[in-house]
Amino acid sequence: MSKNVVEVVGVCRTYKSARGEEVHALENVSLTVSEGEFVSIIGSSGCGKTTLLRLVAGLDKPQSGTCSLNGAPIVAPSPKSGYVFQQQSLFPWLTVEGNIASGLKARGVYKQYKDEVPKYISLVGLDGFEHSYPHQISGGMAQRAAIARSLINRPSVLLLDEPMGALDSFTRAGLQDKLLEIWRANGTTMILVTHDIDEAIYLSDKIVIMTPRPGKVSEVLEVKFPHPRHRGGAEFLGLRRVILEKLNLASAQPQPEYRI
Amino acid sequence: MTIRELSDVKFGFTVIFTPLGFGLALVASLVIPTPDAVINDTAYQVILAGLMLLYLATGALAWFRPNRREQFAKCAPFRFVMGLVLLAWDLLGTKYGALPMPFFPGPSKITWVFVEERAFLFTNMLYSLRLYFCGFVSGVVAGVGTGIIIGWFRPANYWIMPALKMTGVIPAVAWMPFALTVFPTSFMAGCFLVSMCAWFPIGFQTARGMQTTQKVYFEVAQTIGGGRLYALFHVALPNALPSIFTGISTANGLAFTTLVMTEMMGARGGLGYYINWAKAWSSYYKVYAAIIIMAVLFSLIMKIISVIQARALVWQKGLTSNVEERG
Ligand SMILES: Nc1ncnc2c1ncn2[C@@H]1O[C@H](COP(=O)(O)OP(=O)(O)O)[C@@H](O)[C@H]1O
Ligand SMILES: [Mg+2]
Repeated sequence: MSKNVVEVVGVCRTYKSARGEEVHALENVSLTVSEGEFVSIIGSSGCGKTTLLRLVAGLDKPQSGTCSLNGAPIVAPSPKSGYVFQQQSLFPWLTVEGNIASGLKARGVYKQYKDEVPKYISLVGLDGFEHSYPHQISGGMAQRAAIARSLINRPSVLLLDEPMGALDSFTRAGLQDKLLEIWRANGTTMILVTHDIDEAIYLSDKIVIMTPRPGKVSEVLEVKFPHPRHRGGAEFLGLRRVILEKLNLASAQPQPEYRI
Repeated sequence: MTIRELSDVKFGFTVIFTPLGFGLALVASLVIPTPDAVINDTAYQVILAGLMLLYLATGALAWFRPNRREQFAKCAPFRFVMGLVLLAWDLLGTKYGALPMPFFPGPSKITWVFVEERAFLFTNMLYSLRLYFCGFVSGVVAGVGTGIIIGWFRPANYWIMPALKMTGVIPAVAWMPFALTVFPTSFMAGCFLVSMCAWFPIGFQTARGMQTTQKVYFEVAQTIGGGRLYALFHVALPNALPSIFTGISTANGLAFTTLVMTEMMGARGGLGYYINWAKAWSSYYKVYAAIIIMAVLFSLIMKIISVIQARALVWQKGLTSNVEERG
């Protein structure tokens, strides 16, 4: 049994809404992710997926419960947990190359590791775009650059918050394959937030289903069948039906909105 | 006949057309006698010939670089009419004395000042340039410095920002009485005023540019291992750069005004001082000469700033063309 990289135990996080009401974004959420695992978190909008990911990244703190990374409590953001944001987050004033190198520069280790920059540019397939600025490249390319910027620090876990949410389905399929390729090449532990059931099945070892109000983990499913997974295959479609049912059963809302 | 040949013919026409106005003005100046014996036409004629040569040369250059042709052709009517305007002014002012003197001298009289008084004008120009650089550079440094402090430290924003906003609306020259008594030399007083008028807009824009940084960029800085200094110098400050340049452009206009006003009111040198001095002698043609130098000088400075700005902000949207997604 491999060691646990991320451990979230009994975490609660409440926000005050603008009207002063308490919003239970997360209530008693627990999650463990072991080394090299690819975990997807799936659930409707507002069920606390981003909140959970931000807690793991150290960008936010729980009111109760604990989060730890490699056995140590998470107190602040660190390059040990890479984070790819939902919105475009490349520094617009740096080129693709500059953005990827900024991962090293921020830690002050650029001189030591600068040979890594071209390797990571190639890893995410951005050769030839080193000198482009973020506004000159497409959304898919920008997310790949953001992934490389996090990966260059060799994080213990890469946290991805709906990195493909804003992409068209072709670009999205391409990025999914890229992500698998990177995962296989680097063995990085990944936690991916998504609202796309197919994406979760296609990529992950483990699917965490969350439900809203209050945000909870309702189910954790293991995906056992091997890669490459055929999106039209019997196992794939079977699991897809199971997840759809779970989401419907688990949801408090009569007609939830799932973008598939 | 191919399209290429046709455009050569058309373009050849614009190359001749462009300097034609100046040519006509030159011919008129040479052929028609000047009644006033005191007026020397030489400088004016040399300038006209120089303009003709300049535009013929740029036209020739554009002939071999077709991408410059359109720009050259676009300017052709304006340059032609500029020549005609000079021609009309010369006829009315110099040749037939139809304009009221001494307020509206002809172009010959004004341009001859550049020769006649070149040393004095040049010294005064250097005075102005020195004042501009000392004042403006220190204003930019002080403005960006203040802006960083206000934009980065919350208490500074609370206490200093309102003061900056309130004092910012006061024209810097209003402080002149104090500046002149507090500082030992009029140069230092002028320097202070120019620097102060640049300080406010730049400080304000720097702070605003930093404060409008999207939160996600700071969070990115944290997750890639950057500290406070990284967030300041590699996130907030680059984010403020477009705004800082907006401040610099505003400040630049104000600095020219303040510069000339301080020179006119207390200085012992500079183009503003020269204008005052010429006015005292009712030499209005010299005032025009100084104004022309200012126009050229300030335009050059603005051009230099905009070139620096374009270099520093290449990363901004809309300044370069988009690249297609590959693969
Ligand atoms: N900073 C915040 N302030 C107030 N409410 C928040 C904040 N962040 C999240 N919430 C609320 O917490 C709930 C969960 O949000 P989030 O984690 O962003 O959901 P998801 O990513 O699954 O769409 C939502 O109801 C949201 O309105
Ligand atoms: Mg979210």
